[in-house]
Amino acid sequence: MSQNTLFDKVWDLHKVSSLPGGSDQIFIGLHLIHEVTSPQAFGALKDKNLKVKFPERTVATVDHIVPTDNQSRPFKDNLAEQMIETLEKNCLEHKIRFFNIGSGNQGIVHVVAPELGLTQPGMTIACGDSHTSTHGAFGSIAFGIGTSQVRDVLATQTIAINKLKVRQIWCDKKLSKGVFAKDLVLHIINELGVKAGVGFAYEFAGPAIDELSMEERMTICNMSIEGGARCGYINPDEKTFSYIKNKLCAPKSEHWDKAVTWWKSLKSDENSIYDDVIKLDASRVEPTVTWGITPGQSISINQQIPLLNDLSPNEKLVAKEAYEYMSFKPGQYIKDTPVDVCFIGSCTNGRISDLRVAAKVLKNKKVSKNVKAFVVPGSEKVATEAKLEGLDQIFKDSGFQWREPGCSMCLAMNSDKLIGNQVSASSSNRNFKGRQGSPSGRTLLMSPAMVAAAAINGKVSDVRELIN
Amino acid sequence: MKSEFTPPSGKIANINGQCIPLIGNDIDTDRIIPARFLKCVNFDSLGESVFEDDRKTLKGKHPFDLKENKNASILIVNSNFGCGSSREHAPQALIRWGIKSIIGESFADIFYSNCIAIGIPCFTLPKKSIVEIQNYCDNQFLFLEIDLKKSLAKSKDFNLNLEIKETSRKMFLSGEWDATSTLLENENLIENKFTQLPYIRLNSNLL
Repeated sequence: MSQNTLFDKVWDLHKVSSLPGGSDQIFIGLHLIHEVTSPQAFGALKDKNLKVKFPERTVATVDHIVPTDNQSRPFKDNLAEQMIETLEKNCLEHKIRFFNIGSGNQGIVHVVAPELGLTQPGMTIACGDSHTSTHGAFGSIAFGIGTSQVRDVLATQTIAINKLKVRQIWCDKKLSKGVFAKDLVLHIINELGVKAGVGFAYEFAGPAIDELSMEERMTICNMSIEGGARCGYINPDEKTFSYIKNKLCAPKSEHWDKAVTWWKSLKSDENSIYDDVIKLDASRVEPTVTWGITPGQSISINQQIPLLNDLSPNEKLVAKEAYEYMSFKPGQYIKDTPVDVCFIGSCTNGRISDLRVAAKVLKNKKVSKNVKAFVVPGSEKVATEAKLEGLDQIFKDSGFQWREPGCSMCLAMNSDKLIGNQVSASSSNRNFKGRQGSPSGRTLLMSPAMVAAAAINGKVSDVRELIN
Repeated sequence: MKSEFTPPSGKIANINGQCIPLIGNDIDTDRIIPARFLKCVNFDSLGESVFEDDRKTLKGKHPFDLKENKNASILIVNSNFGCGSSREHAPQALIRWGIKSIIGESFADIFYSNCIAIGIPCFTLPKKSIVEIQNYCDNQFLFLEIDLKKSLAKSKDFNLNLEIKETSRKMFLSGEWDATSTLLENENLIENKFTQLPYIRLNSNLL
């Protein structure tokens, strides 16, 4: 059993009781909600005649269903309109702070909370969304929950949960030029497999992680869940503190120093004990692209899609399904695969640094005629900053459509969808069958820089050939 | 889609029913219930849309469309079932279709907790046993009697030692899987904890 890791310290601090059945009752310091997984929870509160216990510990925004072309109300989609209205009504009734469209602070919940300074080291953070693991980048313990647990957090500010084991993933050396956090996390998931993280929290550590910016760290923790780990985190350091400093909800004046002192005490001790440790060499990671139907089915840009015989018995079943669904042949190169749609955005890669790196690739270049390309900033703040820097113009000049903030085609709950068996180059997090809105649509996950490169060439490309 | 849906409540100790095998590893919650069906403010109509896209692709050959599985309630799956999105809509769609329990090689974490929270016991068995059960179901009906007290499942041809997390087993037997009231019993402890957390004081200016 792990000892003296950040995970242990934060867990122990938030433990309210040991429940009769043997699981722990854990206090949730910050609860984030959105329109998709909260309405039924509010409904359940009403049925049970309960009220929200600490309304000030819950913050809401709207992201999954919002259109990205025209956000004027009422939305064209009646169901989407009904969902946002329900959230508005619930927040008003229960006095929950809601960052609505046009507030300047709306956006994807996992982009918004960090940029407001809500996400801080040492907190427990829960949200009815599996990518809540993102917030672990700050040294918080953050995980996705279902709607029944959203109900429990609203009613009690706690949930019943079993303590996770802790696996440290030590990333040695540094990423090379043209290789990004997205490539590293896809590589990790490929190495360990999509279910290796079940029952674990992942601690990402080592020189390659230290080197990453806060936004890159969020990309890593965001995809912990794609490796099966409900929770992923990184020990806080000076980068963490300076990212938070002066944000809207950051501790102020005399509280700041106290907060930093406390945050510093949280990191895993030198002599902490892990349930498991994995080491890998980050300098060997290359631009990585998925070829299949799980985020674990990825290869480096210059590799061939694996042959069935090269795979372990456990991987074969899904590989066969993937060849068929993707219409790829084993042994085929992924490079030069034609793409139809290019999507930059999502809670994985829709932040300002993602837009900057993609814009750098696109500057003075044109999107291929055969490609529909669009960029969806992760939040209103990201969009505003991008406009200040003129990034929106670079995207538009290249042929990208510039959209309004939301989750968009990561999960295609709005009108941004693939059609038929289109192939998308996507900076999002899931390449599941049908994920991007068409039951036969095909998704290739990659970094935003690689999406930009694919957009220019109309096919999967090595971004290093464009930036060198 | 079964007749009127009544959600489970109270203690759950026994589940008897027909098995329905669903073969495949890493079946994610997007496949169990595609995102377009998440545009709803209640779970009521999800049962009919469970596995919608997979079922359309298989044109009537999907296990959830086969006439012989119409009354089945124990789902037999392979490894990492329910991975991906945390949407509780996935187990809510399954339970509304008629699934009362799931036996598999392994489950994704969030899916598993969602199942517990809505009263669907999930058990694991080694791959070999799962494959054996799935093959058996190819040719004949399999009715299992699951006993949570003993973690056993029986039929005329099977005697299975099911595995289930001890905490989950106890919660089903005591009825505490429906957690809200148990959590609320510790209201004083919750309030104490709230006042003790360092960041609550340090962020007094924030919310």
